[in-house]
Amino acid sequence: MIAKTRSWREGLRLRVRWPRLLIYATLIACAAFYLMPVYVLVITGMKSFTEVNLYRMWDLPSGLHFDSFKKAWFGGFGFEGISSNFFNSVYLTIPATLISAMLGSINGYVLSKWRFRGSDVLFTLLLFGMFIPYQSILIPLVQVLYKMGLYGTIPGLIFVHVVYGIPICTLIFRNYYATVPTELIEAAKIDGATIFGIYRHILFPLSLPGFAVVMIWQFTSIWNDFLFAVTIAQNPDIQPLTVGLNNLAGSYIVEWNVQMAGALMAALPTLLVYIFLGRYFMRGLLAGSLKG
Amino acid sequence: MRRLDWERITPFLLILPSAIAIAIFVYGFIGFTGFVSLTKWNKLLPDFSLAGLRNYQTLFANRRFQIDMRNMVVFTALFLISCLAIGFLLAVLLDQRIKGENLFRSIFLFPMAISFIVTGIAWRWLLNPGSAEMGSTGVNLLFEKVGLGFFKTGWYTDPEIGIKAVVIAAVWQMSGYVMAMYLAGLRGIPEELREAARVDGASDLQILWHVIVPLLRPITLGAVIVLGHIALKIFDLVVAMTGPGIGFSCDVPAYFMWDTTFQSNRFAQGASIATILLVMVGILIVPYLTYSLGKEAEI
Repeated sequence: MIAKTRSWREGLRLRVRWPRLLIYATLIACAAFYLMPVYVLVITGMKSFTEVNLYRMWDLPSGLHFDSFKKAWFGGFGFEGISSNFFNSVYLTIPATLISAMLGSINGYVLSKWRFRGSDVLFTLLLFGMFIPYQSILIPLVQVLYKMGLYGTIPGLIFVHVVYGIPICTLIFRNYYATVPTELIEAAKIDGATIFGIYRHILFPLSLPGFAVVMIWQFTSIWNDFLFAVTIAQNPDIQPLTVGLNNLAGSYIVEWNVQMAGALMAALPTLLVYIFLGRYFMRGLLAGSLKG
Repeated sequence: MRRLDWERITPFLLILPSAIAIAIFVYGFIGFTGFVSLTKWNKLLPDFSLAGLRNYQTLFANRRFQIDMRNMVVFTALFLISCLAIGFLLAVLLDQRIKGENLFRSIFLFPMAISFIVTGIAWRWLLNPGSAEMGSTGVNLLFEKVGLGFFKTGWYTDPEIGIKAVVIAAVWQMSGYVMAMYLAGLRGIPEELREAARVDGASDLQILWHVIVPLLRPITLGAVIVLGHIALKIFDLVVAMTGPGIGFSCDVPAYFMWDTTFQSNRFAQGASIATILLVMVGILIVPYLTYSLGKEAEI
């Protein structure tokens, strides 16, 4: 009996008796499934043009060739590369991310530490904006942007991402600031600190992890956005990367290995963020799912 | 006294710009789209004369829209069930004190960081069936190589499969998210609860089903909400992977709306699709949001 108790304690969290081998085999099989597209993207991109053959797409390349990447980046006969799209995405994503994070921080501060009558209702009304299908606002959006002189411009796209980023950024910061003890704020109020003073001297210095989570979240979603980009940026000169890549992949004269190389390059920035800042990425994910 | 007044007003002023932006760009715009759906604006130049519900009548009689709605239901159901099942399985497996847990977790989760466009391009080639004359390609070729040739199908080129092939790519991208949520939930369940059930003689599967699954219900609900609204709105993945497909077998309302509005300039018709899409998402989201708000007020 005692021995049995000990085996429970030392045993697995959820004591499953299936052979460990089966657990590992399942996990490895699943990992192979998740890695399969990456494997194909990488090996196809690395192949030389003479090796590229749909019927041998699973075979390893004979060596390292970067021709496909060059062609996807710089363009080739009859088509544009994605280099200019890449930089459009950079110019668009960085300011939009920074502005969203600032706005979200201020909103989250007010909604968590300076609640007023109706602030919870306001918060819920803001949150709804995060779930709407953007199709339901695109028609007036195009009209209004056009009137504002922002249609078909990068500042226009920045503006759109900032506005529709308000709900998620506010949510993440509000949940984050909720963990800061309210006593701290109350004490500062008694000492005569103003709303700005408390933000500058107490909340903001504590906000770094919150900013990391929000900025990674916004960076990823703005970089990956397609719907706003394809609707607002009709002009090829300002098209972001997702649109450029989709054009590249939709063109019949672009070889599939060039498409694969382009896709890999487009995925790289957000993948790098994920690899190096994965911890914050995870927190953003869990925050984005609300708190049940 | 003056200072006190400012203290009450400043929070309002700080949040006002965002509140106004959302009021206009979300609620005002939704209202305007709803209005457009009742007009005759079905060419490039605006025409705001009222048409009543005619756009909706045309829409419901439209074969493409009927197929789209069916596709949306099939996609959402399969996507939700697969993501929840795979995510839960992976989370339970990873919770067994696995060597290399971090590595596995990262592998299951990384597709989340990628855009649907990249996913679509990759899976378009993976699920490209090849042809009978030239031979198989993609996953079909892989099946042939490992002696599972009988699994070969036409994937998204087969109208019978259509949108279900898109589900595979979407599940590849999003199931890791469910895994991460369930894993966080599993880690939050106190060991004593499982111990107590074991002492009472419950088997592992009984514990899993009668103790763990009910405790994870809030997480399941959250995942259903998040995945559900993504499924109803799915657009990018369809654009990049398949397009509308043969006989609209891969088409979805979000794509139909974009096509109708910005390709064919049938704005009122597009607005009616958008409104229906919004209502579908609203049915899923509004009860959840009001429920969460009520729950917070209790605390």
